Amino acid sequence: MYLYDDFDRTLLAERVAEFRGQVARRLSGELNEDEFKSLRLMNGIYLQLHAYMLRIAIPYGTLASDQMRKLAYVARRYDRGYGHFTTRQNIQFNWIKLKDLPDAMADLAASRLHGMQTSGNCVRNITTDQWAGVASDEIEDPRVWAELLRQHLTLHPEFSFLPRKFKIAVSAAAHDRAALAIHDLSLRLYRNGAGESGFEVGVGGGLGRTPFLTKIIKPFLPKRDVLSYVEAVLRLYNQYGRRDNIYKARIKILVHELGAEKFGKEVEAEWQSIKDGALALDPAVIAEIAARFRYPDYERLEDGPANLTAARKADARFATWLNNCVSNHRVPGYAIVTLSLKPVGKPPGDCTADQMDAIAEIADRFSFGEIRVGHEQNLVLPHVAQRDLPEVFAALDAVDVATPNVGLVSDIIACPGLDYCSLANARAIPVAQEISKRFQDLEVARGLGRLHINISGCINACGHHHVGHIGILGVEKNGEEFYQITVGGRADEQAQLGTLIGPAVPYEDVADVVEDIAEAYLALRQQPDELFIDTIKRLGVEPFKERVYATR
Amino acid sequence: MTSPLQQKLKITGPSVVTANRLADGAVVYRTAEGTWTSDLDSAAVVSTAEAATALLAAAKADGVRAVDVYVAPVKVDGQRVLPANLREAIRLRGPTIDLPITFGI
Repeated sequence: MYLYDDFDRTLLAERVAEFRGQVARRLSGELNEDEFKSLRLMNGIYLQLHAYMLRIAIPYGTLASDQMRKLAYVARRYDRGYGHFTTRQNIQFNWIKLKDLPDAMADLAASRLHGMQTSGNCVRNITTDQWAGVASDEIEDPRVWAELLRQHLTLHPEFSFLPRKFKIAVSAAAHDRAALAIHDLSLRLYRNGAGESGFEVGVGGGLGRTPFLTKIIKPFLPKRDVLSYVEAVLRLYNQYGRRDNIYKARIKILVHELGAEKFGKEVEAEWQSIKDGALALDPAVIAEIAARFRYPDYERLEDGPANLTAARKADARFATWLNNCVSNHRVPGYAIVTLSLKPVGKPPGDCTADQMDAIAEIADRFSFGEIRVGHEQNLVLPHVAQRDLPEVFAALDAVDVATPNVGLVSDIIACPGLDYCSLANARAIPVAQEISKRFQDLEVARGLGRLHINISGCINACGHHHVGHIGILGVEKNGEEFYQITVGGRADEQAQLGTLIGPAVPYEDVADVVEDIAEAYLALRQQPDELFIDTIKRLGVEPFKERVYATR
Repeated sequence: MTSPLQQKLKITGPSVVTANRLADGAVVYRTAEGTWTSDLDSAAVVSTAEAATALLAAAKADGVRAVDVYVAPVKVDGQRVLPANLREAIRLRGPTIDLPITFGI
């Protein structure tokens, strides 16, 4: 866990006091909505279809158990008893009242939580690999760099009014679990041929109306230069990004129109002028930030304890969960446990206050009080001793967060869609629910192997549909909901945008279409271990298109 | 060229003026008496662009009680006023899914 200091606490307390005054002035009419809207957005407060929505940042997806309990408290006290984990490692409360928000924010601030920069045209919550610090395939903990950037870019006066929002992701692992390529700026920490570690910098990724993947503009950036280089990118964007057209305001459009090479050269010139100034990172500063990430006092344990082997043999449900939800840890005798927030027929990413409290308790007992949030809208217990896995499974199963469908067809990423969101054109959650019911037989789902479905209720693409193995985009046609289907997208280190397979299909047909695509894959794959995404890569979309539209 | 602010409002059938209540964001509708109600049946229904423009202007002037004010289509069935599209139906009745836990508003 990262240890906050007095500076952080003072900042949050002052922010709450300031917002309390702003809300009072709005409710009295002293501020009109035009004046107030930008102030509430700066604190992560949107007005949705039915109520206000509060979005709370979970920096680099790391949550302490006391913070999870506080989220449960806020869900009960100010909302309707649940929250929704998002694709950006945030949580949203969908029913909060403006008049209650100052008190809710004060309660959250007491647990080091806030909504600053979860909205508005600024640098948003910096995300990373939910396995950061424990993954066996990473070279170091990327959260140190995410935290350095967070501190530098929080309320940074020069970057508080960018042309549009700006999303940064950081990863240090061989396998990309942070969806780097769809971010405005990506930082991939790796070791070069000389054994030095540094960042590969990508810019201009993003989905929405005009999807692009990042282009690499700096193949190797020394670690000491990360703040100055990011500052140079932001300066270029701030200066040249389009403010005349909201649809062309993201950095991806600037990079596309200017060309990545020219953009990279401009950044280089700016960076050369500042790189050896105040932003050059002193190793002592890096060490100080790194030292504030506290790691558990792990026991010396062996992998594969006898009780685990016995439990695996004795309990088939446990064995299934173990195979699906438990991953290798960098420390012998420990494991990373993924908690599925995708039980069959339930809204993806939703978590009740009771579940939050139970997860906090389980984290305290078995994961050194630490929880992670992943962009796939699942949670993680990052430090579970393997000998405790049977008990952990029983505890998670009791609160319905042990569905062994992680990475499978029913582990669907979905935005809130038209059930909540004022921007949406179509519903996303009921579509996800219906698909997960169709594939509730885990034998069938396992037979399909890794298959990611992403659903967005509008072109803004909060459900990342462009990078779903199967992507589903809701559109509105003459007052009816229709859905465009893409296949072949992926968000990992081989990131790819999906290809549209044909005309949009009506709401009632979406789950049937997904079943058709799944059946086509089963018939077309060369062998059982050829993944869906690899079959698409080998054959293209035509066979799937033929199957879907043959009878429609 | 006409400024967007001066463009005439067009409606294609019976309509109401709707908004979100400032203090809690709840969905509300403008009444003929110049108040706000959460009961769509009690909303003022207008059928001409002129009447809709007047109702909208009065509602927008009331920026302390309601925000995000706009004109929405409805269907009239006897004494009942019904939303004319899915978005407005969801605003009136809530999400189409079962919520994890439902408390009273």
